[in-house]
Amino acid sequence: MTPLLEARGLVKHFPVRSGLFGGSQKVVRAVDDVSFMIEPGTTLGLVGESGCGKTTTAKLVLLLEKPTGGEIRFDGESLATLDADGLRRYRKSVQAVFQDPFASLSPRMRVGSIIAEPLVTNERLSAAELGTRLRKVLDLVGLPARSAQLFPHEFSGGQRQRIAIARALTLSPRLIVLDEPVSALDVSIRAQILNLLRDLQRELGLAYLFIAHDLAAVAHMSQVIAVMYLGRVVETGDARTLVSRPRHPYTQALFAAALPSHPDDSRDEIVLAGDVPSPLDPPSGCRFHTRCPKVMAHCSVDEPKLACVDGRDVACHLYDPRVSL
Amino acid sequence: MSDTPLLDVRGLTTHYVSARGTRVTRAVEDVSFTLRDGETLGIVGESGSGKSTLALSLLRLLPPAARIVAGAVRFEGEDLLNKPESEMRRIRGKRIAMILQDPMASLNPLFTVGDQVGEPLRVHEGATRRGAWNRARELLGAVRISAPAARVRNYPHELSGGMRQRIVGAIAISCGPRVLIADEPTTSLDVTIQAQYLSLLRELQRAQGLAMIFITHNLGIVARMCDAVAVMYAGRIVEAGPVRRIFGAPQHPYTRALIESIPRLGEANGRLTAIEGQPPDPAALPTGCAFHPRCPQRLERCATEVPHDTAIATDHRTACWLHP
Repeated sequence: MTPLLEARGLVKHFPVRSGLFGGSQKVVRAVDDVSFMIEPGTTLGLVGESGCGKTTTAKLVLLLEKPTGGEIRFDGESLATLDADGLRRYRKSVQAVFQDPFASLSPRMRVGSIIAEPLVTNERLSAAELGTRLRKVLDLVGLPARSAQLFPHEFSGGQRQRIAIARALTLSPRLIVLDEPVSALDVSIRAQILNLLRDLQRELGLAYLFIAHDLAAVAHMSQVIAVMYLGRVVETGDARTLVSRPRHPYTQALFAAALPSHPDDSRDEIVLAGDVPSPLDPPSGCRFHTRCPKVMAHCSVDEPKLACVDGRDVACHLYDPRVSL
Repeated sequence: MSDTPLLDVRGLTTHYVSARGTRVTRAVEDVSFTLRDGETLGIVGESGSGKSTLALSLLRLLPPAARIVAGAVRFEGEDLLNKPESEMRRIRGKRIAMILQDPMASLNPLFTVGDQVGEPLRVHEGATRRGAWNRARELLGAVRISAPAARVRNYPHELSGGMRQRIVGAIAISCGPRVLIADEPTTSLDVTIQAQYLSLLRELQRAQGLAMIFITHNLGIVARMCDAVAVMYAGRIVEAGPVRRIFGAPQHPYTRALIESIPRLGEANGRLTAIEGQPPDPAALPTGCAFHPRCPQRLERCATEVPHDTAIATDHRTACWLHP
């Protein structure tokens, strides 16, 4: 089966001018050689801390940024070869839901127009057909039909996120990019939205690119997880395998740092020293070596490549057979 | 001495009153709890549950529209609510310190880190400029900031979020307080930085024998950090007790739902237990038990009568008609 979406060696560099009169130019390596695959109807979870490039990756998938290098294939076709018509079809098939439903919905539009807007711009439908489609998506996300008449400010955070999800569903997409979809919501509401997203996935066969910093939520939602650090994927593989035995020291630290859901959940505490280095000037060799508790001499020189270890891919010299310990 | 709690809050009630006095928002209603020496108490609640208003009420730092209507806040045996403002100023920052959510908002961008960490020492202890500066350098070391001698000269914008929050921590412990109130101290931090900060707070607590009140929406923080927890909903404490008991045998339907609604790492990914509906608007609370419209186990009387506190076991109490 061809994957629904495949990213091969994605690179995105942002030039930054610094110095007086923009004399010297530096480059932020936001995403540096990132590859992943999303199978139809499944979820890829992207985890990492701020500055790791997960949102830039989402923007590349949504065509909101042009990649500096690498390619994205959708249904086996490279996006670079698509004509305007093909790109329009791609944009219809890939939709997004963002973190803050207070910022992503126009306060001056009624909910009905917000949700119908993608239909109005993409498909020629009669008013009656538009109404039917509108009622259908409202019903899918569990909002009453009269919501269409109201403005976003009349809804709570959780309901607004339902509106954002409804808008993403109108064009019957095949992939939805979910960028921190529950982080801005109240704790008691998060489970509602996560459940809704899973129900929709099963009912409509949707694929998700789920981006979050909450590991437990990512593990709960995803079949495959990719862990990013400073623009690179450091570990990726089957969600259960990865969660039960993380191998990369960064993944291990990330999982150890995740808060327990019960006071008796005793996990080894691995507390990383220092801050995430600036992506403007990433460390040489393995980018994690400055904070790694298991750092070795050549980690600052050689950059490790992703290689299969225990049924998942890890980029770490600890598992490199050529390195004798 | 060990029998009298360090902080004893009784029936604290804080309301926000609109300009004409026509609308009253009951932000904190009849809240009681105690905090012992060296203990860590978590106060958990969602937005609008009144947890931040509660924190501000303890130190009387409320905005003008808020009124403390009833109750007592006894700190070392004395009621803080009866003290004149001049005495309160000697308590804030010296005896009871506070850490807020956003470190950028609690630091002044125009002063160096050294000035700001040294300020409480100069105000409360009359330290000299030089003395405060030297002490600030030691405090930066205590909160694990590398090269403290250079960092004291930095301005807040030159530091990362995690470092800024550690500076705020250094300011809080500068005068050796007895109680530290932390209001969502790690919400703006990344996961690994949050772990760093939490272990730092624990270290400081042990070293200084601090009692802490952790105000948070995150049950995970409570599970990792706290000895006792009070769960707030719509301005009231609906359940309180030792952390292990509350997580092991929650009695209030809201507490139970809250614990079950959180995905757990390494567990089969079935459906999460969701709490239907949304948290109520604090300005228009439901009658009776405020949770009754969302409660899966509501009884008839829940809609009309406010449940009172019932002891389930030593130190474990809940306000729910299932336990009349």
